[in-house]
Amino acid sequence: MSIATENPAVPTVSLRPAPDGGNVTGRRVLRSEWAKLWSLRSTWITLGLGLLFLIGFGTIGVLRYKSMLTSGKPVDPDFADATAFSLAVFGVPFSMIALGVLGVLTTSGEYSTGMIRSTLAAVPRRLPVLWSKAAVYGVIVFVIGIVGAVAAFAISSGVLSGTAKAMSFSDDGVLRSVLGVGVYLALVGIIGVALGAVLRSTAGGISVLVGAFLLVPGLMSLLPKSWRDDLTPYLPSNAGESIFALHHTSGTLTAGWGLLVLLGWTVLALVGAAYRMMRSDA
Amino acid sequence: MIEARQLTKRYGEKTAVDGVDFTVRPGAVTGFLGPNGAGKSTTMRMIIGLDAPTAGAVTVNGRRYARHAAPLREVGALLEARSIHPGRSAFDHLMGLAYTHGISRARVTEVIELTGLQSVAGKRAGAFSLGMGQRLGIAAALLGDPQTVMLDEPVNGLDPEGVLWIRNLLTGLAAEGRTVFVSSHLMSEMALVADHLIVVGRGRVLADTTVQALVREVGGDTVLVASADPARLRGVLAGPGVQIKGQPGSEQLSVSGRSAREVGLVAAEHGIALFELTTKVVSLEEAFMELTKDAVEYHSASTPARAA
Repeated sequence: MSIATENPAVPTVSLRPAPDGGNVTGRRVLRSEWAKLWSLRSTWITLGLGLLFLIGFGTIGVLRYKSMLTSGKPVDPDFADATAFSLAVFGVPFSMIALGVLGVLTTSGEYSTGMIRSTLAAVPRRLPVLWSKAAVYGVIVFVIGIVGAVAAFAISSGVLSGTAKAMSFSDDGVLRSVLGVGVYLALVGIIGVALGAVLRSTAGGISVLVGAFLLVPGLMSLLPKSWRDDLTPYLPSNAGESIFALHHTSGTLTAGWGLLVLLGWTVLALVGAAYRMMRSDA
Repeated sequence: MIEARQLTKRYGEKTAVDGVDFTVRPGAVTGFLGPNGAGKSTTMRMIIGLDAPTAGAVTVNGRRYARHAAPLREVGALLEARSIHPGRSAFDHLMGLAYTHGISRARVTEVIELTGLQSVAGKRAGAFSLGMGQRLGIAAALLGDPQTVMLDEPVNGLDPEGVLWIRNLLTGLAAEGRTVFVSSHLMSEMALVADHLIVVGRGRVLADTTVQALVREVGGDTVLVASADPARLRGVLAGPGVQIKGQPGSEQLSVSGRSAREVGLVAAEHGIALFELTTKVVSLEEAFMELTKDAVEYHSASTPARAA
């Protein structure tokens, strides 16, 4: 644009050599969201809690089981089907809530504080922000999930070594299931990110997340039995749990189908988030 | 350069911005003036694409803001509402924005120094005073070294030193040839920095003018004169560009287009005795009030029903 011709009174702007920076790119938005996530104290605390729940509750579960085995008394019926793996993943639902809540906060926190205005002024095309937040957070939670599951299973197999329930990483399906814990938590985290963007409210996002994963499965008991058996496996929580379950029964989906179904829920949440982000004023 | 064409924003029944047209040119400070609720902030939010217009369009350097490849290099904006996560430090806040455009750490440090935030850059922004928050917002606006700088009520919450700093910053940016667009509801503040004024009320443009022209328009250079023979005085004062008003039977005339000095000399030349000769001083504040009196959304009880 030639300023001089349009407004002769104004001295021509000296166009300095590009001082710094360039265009907005996908990689740069990813870099920004990565930096923004780690620069908040709540991220460190909540990710720490997620990891602690995963390892801590798994460890408590297996120690409790070991003490029952060695005491000689009959094993508590709740623990009848326990394996070294199922005890190790005892903490997954707790970790899932912590990590899902942080997912909600990554988006809802921007709306509640007003930060979103700065964010969208820098990236006015908006959707790259959503994809970057989902990708960055998903990858981080995936890593936390794998680290936690590996640690919890290492502790569990160590505690139970020498007993009839002893297992190791080389056992059939263990590595796949450990990987499944990471995938499940990552997808829940991404659903949290999407819910925060859809509802733009921390309280609302957390309520829907907790409701979908913890309360809706309980409500299924109100349905007639035939419906219940048909629908329950497809709930996000049940489908998600079958991703990392070591043994599948007739009432649950296979790991592959569970993954597909939870992916479907994730895509649905992201589509809703993208729609709201593009259609509503910030 | 910011160009708004028939820009309109409706929220349900309420029209916040009503078919507004204006152009903000580079190399000058343009004041965006209006009472609370006039639609200033909404207009500014539409300029950077945070709100979508119901009708019409607004472009920055010829394009919609969101269509620019490097938006922060085009427009740097300070919005009225805080746009900061309170848990993040000032440095991390700026760095988070800088990464989106690949802007360097050195530039972040530079804007921190420019806004005088060195000593608090590592502190959580939630603990900032209003004035420090404004400075951080301005640092973010300057981050991309933008051609256009847009500030919504920048002097709010600043101490006198901060206000002076803003004034110098605005005139300095304009002198560098940038487009500077500043909103305020304080005419006196605008008068000190703005070259051009866009006055809005109830979502419409009331005036698009210069400070001097606005004052003249609202009767800033009127001379009140009382004499023994107003009819004859009226005759001798008449001329091109001179307007004279007076009530029949009254000794007083109101003259615009001639200075008090000129009126006195002309009267003396024709031997007309004057009883009173006063330049009517209209402050900018009065000019602004006059212009917006019908467009003020909330009247206080002490000025009853002037607009009604």
